[in-house]
Amino acid sequence: MTKTVVPAIEGWFTNRPDAPALVGSRCTGCGTIAFPKATAFCPNPACTNQEFVDTELSRTGTLWSFTNNCYQPPPPYVAPSDPFEPFVIAAVELAAEGIVVLGQMVPGTDITALKAGLAVELVVDTLFEDEEHTHMVWKWKVAV
Amino acid sequence: MSDRKHDVAVLGVGMHPWGKWGRNFVEYGVAAARDALADAGITWADVGYVAGADTIRNGYPGFIAGATFSQALGWKGNRVSSCYAACASGAHAINIARAQILAGFCDVALVVGADTTPKGFFAPVGGDRPDDPDWLRFRLLGATNPTYFALYARRRMELYGATREDFAAVKVKNARHGLANPNARYRKEVTADDVMNSPTVADPLRLLDICATSDGGAAVILSSMEFAKRHANTTGNPVRIAAVSTVTPTFPQTVIEMPNFATDSTAMIAPPELGFKDAIAAGAYEEAGIGPEDLSLAEVYDLSTALELDWYENIGLCKPGEAERLLRDGDTALGGRIPVNPSGGLASFGEAIPAQAIAQVCELTWQLRGQASGRQVEGATAGITANQGLFGHGSAVLCVR
Repeated sequence: MTKTVVPAIEGWFTNRPDAPALVGSRCTGCGTIAFPKATAFCPNPACTNQEFVDTELSRTGTLWSFTNNCYQPPPPYVAPSDPFEPFVIAAVELAAEGIVVLGQMVPGTDITALKAGLAVELVVDTLFEDEEHTHMVWKWKVAV
Repeated sequence: MSDRKHDVAVLGVGMHPWGKWGRNFVEYGVAAARDALADAGITWADVGYVAGADTIRNGYPGFIAGATFSQALGWKGNRVSSCYAACASGAHAINIARAQILAGFCDVALVVGADTTPKGFFAPVGGDRPDDPDWLRFRLLGATNPTYFALYARRRMELYGATREDFAAVKVKNARHGLANPNARYRKEVTADDVMNSPTVADPLRLLDICATSDGGAAVILSSMEFAKRHANTTGNPVRIAAVSTVTPTFPQTVIEMPNFATDSTAMIAPPELGFKDAIAAGAYEEAGIGPEDLSLAEVYDLSTALELDWYENIGLCKPGEAERLLRDGDTALGGRIPVNPSGGLASFGEAIPAQAIAQVCELTWQLRGQASGRQVEGATAGITANQGLFGHGSAVLCVR
């Protein structure tokens, strides 16, 4: 049976095969961007607007910092493999938005080849699979 | 030192030793409270207010810590509060008690926090809760607490040239400081090799770079300055709390903070002059009217070895990028210019969340009284604690004598 591909969370990213992007919010009052999306309150303390529109964030950024997880995190994390394989997590600076966003890096990323400032791009990849579904999430990948 | 308008006295302090004892957290809190009462030379009957720091991993009694400890010590009609501010809970409870005293609602308050911790990584509260960022960061990223500590550590390496040897040196220093502390969980010398050769948890951090989770309890008895002056035990010269800073970040917050997925955006509004962790200490200095140059010691939250280096800069001991030099020069070791974590810090204690910020104040008190046997900072007159709780809770307590 073919598994149904589903996002691990609704509405946080688009899944266009060629150019996936994170989806944040833009405040219609003050223009402040937020990720995850602001839905009820603008984070700008001077703004009382409560209406927001979706905005796709830059698909490329630069590494602010990075690490790996060498031990399996506790639930609700679901390990995609048994035995558990360490994976890299990156904090990525998006210049236009003035925002740093976390994400896993794609499997096979060599942490020793990373350095702050390195260009990365957004992809959508498998987070984990269960009996019926393949759960997808955004990840970062070193830009070619 | 003359009284500031907002000073309160630390009449007594007490702790239940940190460890992995596996008993109910209430036992640790009551033991710490009784120690603090004895240290203050008063009885439970003298306490008008109890400020409890909550634990969220021990069921309902943990959520209502003020009442739980009051009942355990024996109901007597005192007023209570219970508060949770993650790692900053203890300092926030101190601040609540301080406000009650300064407002004249009570003369004497007990502040108490205790925890019994599970083994391994801290995990989010159970259940399926996809609207909670603390749940989601585990689910979508597998981002544990050490993940965030490691991102900060790597950032220091990339930005300032910090090395794993520097991080290991923090652990070596703090382990040495903690050797003589009867309340510390780990009282054993650690070498740089021990740290470097321990398993990698989240690169660049090794197991011994990261603090453990512990059981423990801590309590302080606070009073008005007037009460302290009438009270024989303090001989008219008690340790005073000169400031408590419980600030939140200011928008836009530009450093990724646990458990968030992203920072605020700086596209529309420029970042504030002081980042969050700088603002925590700055708030305390401003309130106390003294600065980092007046400090004799500091107790900072070394959740990881690298985080201790960040704090040197955040509390103004040196400029950004200079923490490694301060450490290498021995300035922050006992006997140095400004010892940091003479208690042994979280490196020697492990973290007992609601008790930890209170324990930091216990250490300042012993140091300022000259009672920190085996780890005394000679002639200590002023000290600061610094800590940051998940979800934007600042915590710094400044004590003087």
